[in-house]
Amino acid sequence: MDLNYSPEHEAFRRQFRAWLRKNLPARGRSEQMLAYDDPRRIARAKAWQRKLYEAGYVALTWPKEYGGQGLDVVTQAIVDEELVRARAPGLIGQMGIQMVGPTLIQYGSEEQKRRFLPKILTAEEIWCQGYSEPGAGSDLASLQTRAELVGDEFIVNGQKIWTSNAQFADWMFCLVRTDPSAPKHQGISYLLIDMRSPGITVRPLVQMTGERGFNEVWFENVRVPRNQLVGGLHQGWQVANATLAHERNMLGAATRTQELFAKLVRLAKLCTREGNSAIEDPVVRQRLAALAMRVEAMKYHAYRQLSDSIAGRPRGIAASVNKLVSTELNHDITACALDLLGSYATQSAHSKFALDRGEWMREFMFTLGMIIGGGTSEIQKNIISERGLGLPREPKGTALQDGAQR
Amino acid sequence: MNFGLSPEQEQLQHTARDFLAKEWPPSSAHALFDAESEAALRQLYRHMAELGWVGLLAPPEFGGSGGTFLDAALLAEEMGRAAVPGPYLANTLALLLLRDAGSKALRSEWLPALTQGQAIGTVAWFEAQASSWPCALETRCTATRLGVRLSGTKRFVLDAHLADVFLVVCTAPAGRAKTTVVVLVPNNQPGITVRPMDDVDRTRRVYEVSFEDVAVPRKAVFVSGERAVNALTRVFDAAAVFLAADSLGGAQRLLEMSVAYAKVRTQFGRPIGSFQAVKHRCAEMVAQIEPARSLMWYAAHTLDAMPRLATYAASLAKGHLADVYAAVAESALRVHGGIGFTWEHDLHIWFKRAQWNRYAFGTPEWHRERVAQMCRW
Repeated sequence: MDLNYSPEHEAFRRQFRAWLRKNLPARGRSEQMLAYDDPRRIARAKAWQRKLYEAGYVALTWPKEYGGQGLDVVTQAIVDEELVRARAPGLIGQMGIQMVGPTLIQYGSEEQKRRFLPKILTAEEIWCQGYSEPGAGSDLASLQTRAELVGDEFIVNGQKIWTSNAQFADWMFCLVRTDPSAPKHQGISYLLIDMRSPGITVRPLVQMTGERGFNEVWFENVRVPRNQLVGGLHQGWQVANATLAHERNMLGAATRTQELFAKLVRLAKLCTREGNSAIEDPVVRQRLAALAMRVEAMKYHAYRQLSDSIAGRPRGIAASVNKLVSTELNHDITACALDLLGSYATQSAHSKFALDRGEWMREFMFTLGMIIGGGTSEIQKNIISERGLGLPREPKGTALQDGAQR
Repeated sequence: MNFGLSPEQEQLQHTARDFLAKEWPPSSAHALFDAESEAALRQLYRHMAELGWVGLLAPPEFGGSGGTFLDAALLAEEMGRAAVPGPYLANTLALLLLRDAGSKALRSEWLPALTQGQAIGTVAWFEAQASSWPCALETRCTATRLGVRLSGTKRFVLDAHLADVFLVVCTAPAGRAKTTVVVLVPNNQPGITVRPMDDVDRTRRVYEVSFEDVAVPRKAVFVSGERAVNALTRVFDAAAVFLAADSLGGAQRLLEMSVAYAKVRTQFGRPIGSFQAVKHRCAEMVAQIEPARSLMWYAAHTLDAMPRLATYAASLAKGHLADVYAAVAESALRVHGGIGFTWEHDLHIWFKRAQWNRYAFGTPEWHRERVAQMCRW
């Protein structure tokens, strides 16, 4: 048991902190979590990622030949931790870095790796994820977007939904049905689609926070060259799942939760109750301390998982536990903040009476969105109980057969 | 950066789990709920002493193995998993207090016996009006010409019926003010009365111990004032971490019982574990237990390596695990339904232990307020 970093890692951390102090964009702090719904903001975010990349602080664990640094997971964890601590803006190319990049490294052809990986890192090409469909949310494998192989091209028809960043993304990694007659998990392929292809229509959806973060995307006879298929034909489900299981260290997420909690404590010190600071109220203290216990537990849980990945220990269902626990915890932190604000909690961002520029209500809604996106808490519980605990699956559907419906 | 267990610690876990599965199966715990069996407790304790567990935290010069708090917490976890009764916890706390704060003479007189399992010690902390933390104590220690005399009544004294020696926390006059002192009192002095406080958790035994003008030599007062409070705090924090670990082991056991039952019990023509209402309960138990495990490791590690953080971490772990264990116990009962509500079923053994763990050595509310104070809120 050793919670210390090596002298080399500590030196790296100091160096990165110094770099951040000099290079962090002035506006960055206020833009940390906002949706990308303004072209100037998108340009700033791309410039920020490029700057980080050129200084050697993006995708540190990727192989050098594809633009990474070939460093260990601890170094990446330090970068994640420090970025959150500094309240730096998130990376606009996150989907590329965390999802499609690792998939290409594992399953892509050499040509695909050389073509796509470097531009993911420099933010020259932004990626979006084409998974969910109107009829395929939690039951993702029932997706219906059809891709027919005609000669050397796929002809894609169908619709995706909740596609974050599609309104400005350059590429989409997309799950499509290539074999409608096969059982539903076995007829899916993983395609890389140029978002400028003729036949693609993107329509933004307004989120309950008022932001335009995600979209509907329609495909009408969109032609995709065969060499943009990743992995084998009809192998898309395995390819996508490998990415989900890809080592994603938790330190960034745990640090973000700590920051959110620290912000809640600051709020409790500012709010007053009958002339006294709310933080002196025993009820408030009890709630804060109960949250502190959960926040600290996730902090050390992240260290444990980092250590597991250093040692190469299998992660099992850890990713699902993390997703479930940290999104619920973040939401509970924001709920506590709203209770502290009382009637002011519902004052909008535009109200001159708002005490917090409407930030906590936005966070409250945003964190609920995080509970739903990327597999709802309920789906995570299915994964934990079925794959982790070996409990039997729900009997196969009473209405639908286990095959793709057309 | 290696936040994990060493191969030796994993080995210790496995050995302890196998040993306790054989030596203390649920049938043995059931027997405690139906009849007193001091002999069984003594036998189990003797075997634990032979394995070196009893002296785990004692220095080698007294025959101990000089283990870490994390080692001890891992053992506590396995004992919670097996719902082990007996004076292990009581003696460990007494041993720690004597180890850290005892005079040289008392250490050489008592530590070897407490380490080898030949004598059993217990700390008498709590009173009628002080059940979370020993404060404003009524038990008094006053000086006489020949030594000191003790008067007062302690409550919730662990395993007093088996104890050979009490370490009694009391107040003593210091000029006009009062100070905290700890006095070593052998259990054969006249004036000591031990009465059982019957608990629903039969795997734990607590007693009321009255001291009526009990005379001991002056050297029996082995620590006082700030040193006493610091030493007591450290041992109290260790107790909190051990109970957190015990709770973790118990919660894990209840999870496994629930999953096993949900796989075999069928209703509506299918195993109940295939219903989301049931499987989600089980998943929630995992989601509570796993981060709490990391928190418990951290708290034990602070006792070993970061003493300035130990009180904060101990309260985090104890307060949180108390809630987790109680929630898991309730959920486990709901997964089992009627069968889990019976006296014959194993479940109530852990359910009751969860309640005991929750309130002993600081209620969750008490620990949360302590966390708030440590954060300077």
